[in-house]
Amino acid sequence: MIQFTDVYKRYTNRHEALSGLSFELQQGEMAFLTGHSGAGKSTLLKLIALIERSTHGQVFVNGQNLSRLKKGKIPFYRRQIGLVFQDHNLLHDRTVFDNVALPLVIAGESHREIGRRVRASLDKVGLLSKERQLPIALSGGEQQRVGIARAVVSRPPILLADEPTGNLDPDLSRDIMQLFEQFNQVGVTVFIATHDLELVIAMPHRQIVLEAGRLAPEYAVL
Amino acid sequence: MKKWFSFSLKSYLLRHLQVMLFSLGRLWRQPFSSFMTMAVIGIALALPAGLFVLLQNVTHVSSNWDDASQISLFLKQDVSEKEAKQLKTKIRDWPTVKEVHYQNADQSLIEFRELSGLGSLLDSLPDNPLPAVMTLVPTESTTSDEDIQFLLRDLSALPEVEQAQLDMAWLKRLRSINQLLERGIGLLGILLSLSVLLVIGNTIRLAIINRQSEIKVMKLVGATNRFIRRPFLYTGFWYGILGGFFAWSTLLVVLSMLSEPVYHLASLYGSEFHLQWFTGLLLLYLPLTGIFLGILGAWLAVGRHLRAIEPDSIKPCP
Repeated sequence: MIQFTDVYKRYTNRHEALSGLSFELQQGEMAFLTGHSGAGKSTLLKLIALIERSTHGQVFVNGQNLSRLKKGKIPFYRRQIGLVFQDHNLLHDRTVFDNVALPLVIAGESHREIGRRVRASLDKVGLLSKERQLPIALSGGEQQRVGIARAVVSRPPILLADEPTGNLDPDLSRDIMQLFEQFNQVGVTVFIATHDLELVIAMPHRQIVLEAGRLAPEYAVL
Repeated sequence: MKKWFSFSLKSYLLRHLQVMLFSLGRLWRQPFSSFMTMAVIGIALALPAGLFVLLQNVTHVSSNWDDASQISLFLKQDVSEKEAKQLKTKIRDWPTVKEVHYQNADQSLIEFRELSGLGSLLDSLPDNPLPAVMTLVPTESTTSDEDIQFLLRDLSALPEVEQAQLDMAWLKRLRSINQLLERGIGLLGILLSLSVLLVIGNTIRLAIINRQSEIKVMKLVGATNRFIRRPFLYTGFWYGILGGFFAWSTLLVVLSMLSEPVYHLASLYGSEFHLQWFTGLLLLYLPLTGIFLGILGAWLAVGRHLRAIEPDSIKPCP
């Protein structure tokens, strides 16, 4: 589903963020991306979300060669990926419902379909009763769940999360991770960048560990 | 296929309607600054439109006056009645002259006495100071300035004639002043339209900068530039149309304040003249101009600034 082949990412100041990175995530797999700050986690996620492109090597996502994707196609490519952010990135002048509906509105879904899917998605994260509220009225954990609902509402085949539990206490973090597992169980490929090693170790999923832009040796064979 | 098309057209229009109302809602939530922008646009549109209305009124008044040029020939004092009659027959045969009317000095005196009300002053004069006058109308084909000038020169050259004068010269001058003003108002209109464009462009630019992180989030969840552009264009649309209506109502107030004094002034000249308001015409054109300028201004601003806002990180809101 996600395949990196000998990927390099060099910035103009000659700093090499990723060097010779190769790995593959199968369809329906759930994996964690770990490593110290500056190891290249963010860069890797940016390449998958096409915020940046690799300097060398190839990235395939869902059968598409990202280095060949034209700029005008990027929005449509991104609709195949559900993104969950550390800071939720909710729009604060819109209700929970409107926030979750955003990807569907962008995709031009019909009014009825939007209502149906948004409620299903909010139901899944346990926030159906709060659809009329503004994000500011919710707790941090609830806001993150709204963010997840927005990421999955258009049923993308891939879910990408960047430090989704970064601001949450351990109990809430576990809830959030279990939520990701539930989506994974229905076939979504889930890839989560995180610092939270305790949580990662407690879960039976693969780890991709980065060290200075390369795969850490003990995981390189995977 | 047809069914699918009509469905997708319907949902397309519905989406536009939603964005349109959404943009209006946003303006509504910031009533003060929205009103200020609208008023600036309104005044900038009202100024040239108001001047245009006044100018149209002046043109309207002057077009009521007889268009034909009429030439007055003032004869020398020593020209006798007989000589004058001969002159009249001579001039009437000219191909450029349509009709000639002769009025001797005594008739001139009577006419002046009637029109001026200065009869007693005239009585105190020993002689009749007024000359005999011949008024002539050129033929319809003799309308160009050049032809008239030739005719005037020929007439002045006649030995019996003291002075040949084109009565409508002042009207011509008035008309060319009108044309000058029209051009001036046109240029003023263009400059003020440009300023409307800048005001709207700048307002939209600020709105874009305020929503920078929101735009990044939208791009990350797959919004196309077109999708992000749309609400800003509608914001420009609303500013324009509201500014147009504001201009229209401002004009109505101004014209109603001018109408009474203008009527009073006209009545002093014995005229039944009323200020024409062009209300319907302006109600059509002001909002339309506003909409055009609004969308264009927004388009220019959005085109410049939207492209520059790309998510540079997976954390759009630092």
